Amino acid sequence: MRQSSDSAGFLKRNRHILYLLPWILGFLLFRAGPMLYSFFCSFTDFHLFRGISAYGLMNYRRIAFDPEARRACGLTLKYALICVPLKTAAALFAAVLLSGRLRGIRVFRTLYYIPAILGTSVAAAVLWKAMFRDRGAVNQLLVFLHLPAVSWLSDSHAALWVIILLRVWEFGAPMLLFLAALQQIPQDISDAAALDGAGKAGQFFRITLPLISPVLYYNIMLAFCNAFQEFSAPFVITAGGPRGATGFLSVLLYRSAFTANDMGYACALAWTLFILSAGFSAGFFFFRKRFVFAADEGGIL
Amino acid sequence: MKPLRRSARSMLLRYLILSAGACILVYPLLWLVIATFRSNQDFSSAGLFPQHPTAEGWKKAFDSYGGQINLLRAIRNTYCIAVPKMLLTLLSATLTAYGFARFQFRGKRILLVLLTATVFLPQTVLYVPQFLLFHRLGWIDSPQYLPLLVPAALASDTVLIVVLIQFFHGIPKTYDEAAKLDGCNSFQTLIYILIPMLRPVLISAGILVLLRSVNDYMGPLLYVKTPVRYPVSVFVKLSMDADSGFAWNRVLAVCCLAMLPQIVLYFAAQRFSAPESGSLQP
Repeated sequence: MRQSSDSAGFLKRNRHILYLLPWILGFLLFRAGPMLYSFFCSFTDFHLFRGISAYGLMNYRRIAFDPEARRACGLTLKYALICVPLKTAAALFAAVLLSGRLRGIRVFRTLYYIPAILGTSVAAAVLWKAMFRDRGAVNQLLVFLHLPAVSWLSDSHAALWVIILLRVWEFGAPMLLFLAALQQIPQDISDAAALDGAGKAGQFFRITLPLISPVLYYNIMLAFCNAFQEFSAPFVITAGGPRGATGFLSVLLYRSAFTANDMGYACALAWTLFILSAGFSAGFFFFRKRFVFAADEGGIL
Repeated sequence: MKPLRRSARSMLLRYLILSAGACILVYPLLWLVIATFRSNQDFSSAGLFPQHPTAEGWKKAFDSYGGQINLLRAIRNTYCIAVPKMLLTLLSATLTAYGFARFQFRGKRILLVLLTATVFLPQTVLYVPQFLLFHRLGWIDSPQYLPLLVPAALASDTVLIVVLIQFFHGIPKTYDEAAKLDGCNSFQTLIYILIPMLRPVLISAGILVLLRSVNDYMGPLLYVKTPVRYPVSVFVKLSMDADSGFAWNRVLAVCCLAMLPQIVLYFAAQRFSAPESGSLQP
């Protein structure tokens, strides 16, 4: 084979490089590079204005022993473990309700999706704060129903639930995915199951759920990824309070990095969050074969 | 006769459940709109409807804070970030997905593994080191919003790339071959043949990318420091910090107006978009 060294010839034979170049550059500059740099920083006491004066494991030791950091890890996990199943179940339930052929069903689909448009926006968080005030809409409703009012924003258990309710309310995005998957299930499969005498519930758990398991898997994984990153809701609604009850890792990370300028510690927190998140993803990949029906070929991942 | 009545009853039941769900889901937004017309004196009084409706909140919503930033300007700023970000993201992600989907080369497997690995890499993890990078480059508070736009131009939206690769795989390669016979090079094939076929997907992906960057809070919070350049997410937080407690009607009117463009946009785009692209989430 003759080797031509001129760059024009090289590019002609390797056209793909031109298309991939932006992504490769972005990956190196904005992902791999920063990740490695932050790994290095996490072993220093890097301060934004004072620079580095010491190296060692002090940041990780602080995370392991500092009650605030330990609580942040626990809270982030607890929040994700409550929020993700609730949100996914709500989305699945709504999708099953909305998948049938009914007059006006499109209107309902739209209405159910509206909260999801607001996503992580600050406006939605402010609305939630206004509704869950001591004399806000939610408590007025509770009083109207002769139930005891709850001081949502100053009670440490209730505050976490305020944020969970906000995110569960916005279940529209996973719902759309479930809907698309449900509509792809061929009618004859459920007809055959009905002929074999499967009840509605049996049909759902034995036929429908396995068939949409790739989407279920994807939704759960994405929801966990989003839950670990939750920032705007605790930051806006409760500012991490009351008494640290919603001080998620992301909030602690933000405060350490951009209020205290303690970049080394913040990098260590970021890596802790990364390991937590990556651990979950790895676990999911590991169990994928067991829970996902017929490892899909044309699927999302 | 009997089965008909039974199915009618089950249909009625479904409508009832659906309507109840819709009421619960829409109630917060309905409450928001009505609460903006309350006066601050009876803001916390019981009942859904205000006793003395007033438009004071709406009028004050347009007032500026410290003469530097007002709501309309903040909304404009938001779209000055979100629209270029959407276009850059679509462009870079399409090019990357095309490169992965239509070319065979050495090292492709490794690059694909890296690509899918970054799908689940939380952005929160990257904020600190990226901030340090932009700080060193002097991009913090840049009037062109460089820290928000440059990563988008370099295909930072990995989920979109992965989804677009799947859509490229869905188009038979015979189209590419026919285009090649007609004298198209690979770029012309992309522009004239493949992108028009992907148009519905690209439009709905674009809308979701747009919504996501409109809703983004941490990015502007870190990289935009001058009040005149605040986008609406930062402005809403500012307005809440300044006025909640004694001018809730104004805060909620600001919220309402901040939500309005994205909801309108979403519905306007419905006509053009493809339902299959739901795997991208705002």
